[in-house]
Order: sequence, then C-alpha cells, then structure tokens
Amino acid sequence: MTTQVAAAPAVVARPSAATQIRGQRGMPKRRQFVLQLICLAIAATVLFPILWIVAMSLDPRDISRPDSLIPPGASLAAYAKVMARPTLNDISFLRLALNSVAIAVVISLASVSIGAMAAYAFSRLQFRGREILMIGILAVLMLPAVATIAPLFVQLNKIQVGGVNLRASLIGVALAVTSSQLPFAIWNIKGYLDTIPRELEEAASIDGAGRFQIFLKVILPLATPVLAVTAFFGFIAGWTEFYFSSVFLTGNVDLTTLAMALNGMVGQYAASTPWSQFAAFSVLVALPVSVVYLFLQRYIISGLTVGGVKG
Amino acid sequence: MTAVAVAPGAAPSRGSWWRRTQNSRTAYLFLLPALLVMAIITFYPLVFQVWMSFTDYGLVNLRVGAPAPNYIGLQNYGRILDNNIVIPNFDFVRILVFNLFWALSNVVIHVVLGVMIALVLNVNALRFKRFYRAIYILPVVIPPIIVATVWRNLFDPTHGAINQLINGTIGVLFKLPPVTLDWLNQPNPIVAFGPLILPLAYFALLTANVWLGWPLNSVVATGALQSIPQDLYEAAAMDGAGWWQQFKTVTLPFLRPAMLPYAIYGFVITFNLFYLSYFMSGGGPFGQTELLVTTAYRLVAEQHLFAVAAAFAIFEFFILLAITLVTNKLAKATAQFDA
Repeated sequence: MTTQVAAAPAVVARPSAATQIRGQRGMPKRRQFVLQLICLAIAATVLFPILWIVAMSLDPRDISRPDSLIPPGASLAAYAKVMARPTLNDISFLRLALNSVAIAVVISLASVSIGAMAAYAFSRLQFRGREILMIGILAVLMLPAVATIAPLFVQLNKIQVGGVNLRASLIGVALAVTSSQLPFAIWNIKGYLDTIPRELEEAASIDGAGRFQIFLKVILPLATPVLAVTAFFGFIAGWTEFYFSSVFLTGNVDLTTLAMALNGMVGQYAASTPWSQFAAFSVLVALPVSVVYLFLQRYIISGLTVGGVKG
Repeated sequence: MTAVAVAPGAAPSRGSWWRRTQNSRTAYLFLLPALLVMAIITFYPLVFQVWMSFTDYGLVNLRVGAPAPNYIGLQNYGRILDNNIVIPNFDFVRILVFNLFWALSNVVIHVVLGVMIALVLNVNALRFKRFYRAIYILPVVIPPIIVATVWRNLFDPTHGAINQLINGTIGVLFKLPPVTLDWLNQPNPIVAFGPLILPLAYFALLTANVWLGWPLNSVVATGALQSIPQDLYEAAAMDGAGWWQQFKTVTLPFLRPAMLPYAIYGFVITFNLFYLSYFMSGGGPFGQTELLVTTAYRLVAEQHLFAVAAAFAIFEFFILLAITLVTNKLAKATAQFDA
C-alpha cells in the first residue's frame, strides 16, 4: 500500500512523454512475480537464523539439544531459567546485565562528552598542530581494540584504588574500551559537525556569545542525532564487550558480564547449557539494543552515507 | 574567521597572529579533555607497548615489587616470524595470508551482493519495498557476538539447523542418508594452495559473515542509486542502450564514489573481525581459521605472553598501515580513472 502511494507522485511529476515510455516498458506481471520471488527468498535467508533462535528459546522441553527445527508448543520456561541463573555460577541475569550496563554507560558518556568537544575544535577552529593531531587520532582509529590489550593490562594492573586493582574492575574495562571508542567518537561527530552550516554560529557570535556558549547552545542541539548515535555505539561496545572483560575480570564471578556468560555457553562448558536457554539468553542480550538500533536507524544510515560521500 | 581578519586593525599581521594564538588557545581548551584521556589510556600504552616488545615481560613481572623485565632486543619479533610460540599450529605467514584472503573474499561478495540486491529494490514498480527494506536491515542490528554464537549452533553437526535443513529438503528429495557434516571442525581442507588453506570452517564463517555483511552495503548502494537523476537513464534508453550498458555507463559511475570508501572500510572491519573466528570456529580446525586479532587475544588471554603480544601488535600495526596505504592508492587511482 505505502509503496504505491510513495511511487505515485514520482510518476505524476514526470513529463508526459516520459510517462508514456514508462508506460510502455511498465513492469509486466511476470517480471513483478519473479522479483517478488527473489525478494522473498532473500527475506527467508535473512529471517531464518532469527526465527530459528526465537523458536529454540520457546522450546518447552528442557532438553540439552533440539531434535527438530520447530519445537512443539511454546513456553517462556527457558527465559525464566536463564533470568534466574544463566551460568553455572551463582549470579543472576540482572547482575550480569548491570555489570555490562555499568561498563556501557561509562564508555558512552565519556566518549560522547569528551569526543564532542574535541570534534568541535577539529571541525571549527584553526590551530597549530591540527593536522598532526588528526592524523594521530586516525592512526589509533585504525588499530583494533585487541592490539592494545597487553599494555593496558600491564598498566591498569599497576593502579590500586582503595585496595582494588583497577585492572580487575568494571571501570578498568570501561577505560580500556573508551581508549578505542573515543577516536571513533571524535571522528564520527566531526564528520557530522562539518555538515552544519557556519552561518548559525556567526549569527550567535555577532550577538556576543563566546565559543563555549556557541558550542553548548548552538552546536550541541543541532548535533543531537550524531550524539545519540555515537552514544548508542558506545553503549553497544560496552554491552557486548568481550576481549577486555574476559581477560581483565577472570576469576571474579561477581563481575561477570553478558559476553563472558555467553562465551561460557558456547565454549568448553557448552554441554552444560540447554540450547533453549542459550537461545533465550541470546534474545535477551540482542533485543534491547536491536530495538534501539531500529529506532535510530535513520540517523545511523544518514551518518554512514554522509561519511561515504565525503570519503 | 576570514570575516574577522578582513576587519581593519592597527597592525593587521600582528592582529591576525594574536587572533591565531587566541584561537589555538580556545581550540586546546576544547581538546584538553580528549588529549588528556587519550594520552593516558591510548598513546602512553602504545609507547609502552613498543618498549614491552623488546623485553621478556611476562606474568612474573606483574606482581607489585617484581623485578623489571629484561631487555631481549628483537627476540619476540624473531619468535613470531619463526613460529616459535606455544600456541598450537601457530604459523604467522599462514595466518596473515588467510586473514587477507578472508577480508578480500568477504568484501567482494558483500559489495557485489549488496549492489545486486539494492538494484532489485530500486526497481520503480517493485511492490512491498518498505517491507523488504525493513527485513533486510535486521542482521545489522543484532550484536555481532550474538550472530557468531547463534551461527555456531546453526552449524552444529548433529543438532544444527543447517544440516537439518539439508536433510529436510535435498535429503528427502533425493532420499539421501542423513548428513552430519561437521562444518566447523572437518579436518581436511577444501582448498590448499601454498600458504592459503581453506577448511570447510572457512566457508561456514563466510556464510555467516555474508549474512551479516551485505545489508549495510545494500543500504549504502541504495543511497547512491537514489542520487542518480532518472533523466540519465531515459537519455541512455533513447540512445538505445540496453540494461547492461545503462548499468555500465550510468549506474556504475554513480556507485563507485560511494561504494569504494565503504568497501575499504569494510575490508579493515572484516580483517579485524574477532567474533566470528573466535566464537564460531574457535580458530579451528588446527588454527586454520585463526586471524591476527584472535591470535593477539590468545597471546594475552591464554598464554600470558605480554611481551610477545606487544611485538605481535606492532606487526599488526604495520600490516594495517600497509593495507591503508595500498587501499588509499587504489581509491585515488580509480578516482583518477573516473575523471
């Protein structure tokens, strides 16, 4: 229905000669049918793993391995089990989620607030050392997070805060992830700020506003979409963080994160987890971020295409 | 800024110098938090890493008050190149070749598939477009770690959905005995060409990553396709250009500037894709689907060889630098070809 409505103005807007050409070449029913088949086949391959994992999570028979593609009946028993005790250890899903959220919130807030200020300087101000700093940040951006795991482990391990080793703490993991998330945030926000017209700032500056006021009152409100997207990417990085948490937090059951628990479900102790519980756990981890992603999709994609056009 | 510089002043050159300094000061105030944080948690560790790579830093040096590690020169680098590391089946050249092939094969398939599907979705009279677009974006929104663990179970030899699906369709049609293909652990490589070894697990990983990777390429391609003025097609059609010629002369020149940077970005992302290799195949069989990033992780997480890991990361840095330089050159070369 909506497609028809959307297509209509385009046809109307076309000059009559062109409409005739289109009319002659207009899509025959058979071609429409073939294209629909292709599109449906693609949709099936996209949906298959998703539907399979959802079906598995609703499997009512608490068996360790499924014996059919679509389990009979449906129940939320696996969800209840996995909420209460997802791993072999005595820790609830809520605890795992809170650990991951703690990491995610620190990364998200730190990378956006610090990143936005730096991005503003790179986007709007001419200053000495600008080129070199930008190249330095790009170079770090290129490095995968894993590449700094050894020195970060050693360095954070040296710092004791209130009797707690910073390395073996959630904040330590968050710092390590921020190290790779901040360059991304700076670059991403800068790309967006470059597209905001300068006239707005000039008007504010004539009105006597200082740089920082312009940044706070003019730029930040205009940059809300990119700030939301960057914050969200930071959040996802923390919510599903694996390398640093698995290395830094081993041996401390209370600090287990979602990704560490997931690793336990497919790793060497996989046999102890029924697949319905693994499936329920996967859905619980994926669903919140997937839903937010779908809401932010428009902004995320426009950001991507802006970056693409700019090269 | 230029508007201010034009404004009359007693000494224009000195005025602009003062203004520049003032601007620099403002800029560095804005940059201060980022520079401080990055200096402490990014640049200092990176410099420290270079120093570490020339020592024998290990678990013993972690304890408080432990003696400083010994300087051992280039030994760590030598150990990596000589494959003298306790990780089973470690072979630096094989891992590097596999990693490059992994990234290249993925990106080629992602881009081609992404463009093809974008073209289908761009057909004017196609119905239910919005419905398909909404479904096709789903792989992008699911966290990669979940994608990897779910696909691992899909490829399970006895309980996995893939084998069950094969048995339920082709197996039933041709009355074949049940397939129990061990996708992720089957030991005999499908392709063995010099240092390039592709086990069945590679194809399983490829399948999962194609599922994960084409939708975003399709989104980027769709954006580029929608920027093409319709009159160009109409003009080409009037000149008697067929479908393929229209694609070559009208579509492709518009797609290239949008797709090329994204393909380069995709190459680097796929090159460093930790989750699929680590969670799906666990680098197996015999370490044949191990990547540089998973190896770097194992050196720290499993072997606690901090110094070797540091040297390995430095190799990785230069490899990525080389990739960036080559791809930038490629991008520039094709851009000039365009003009």
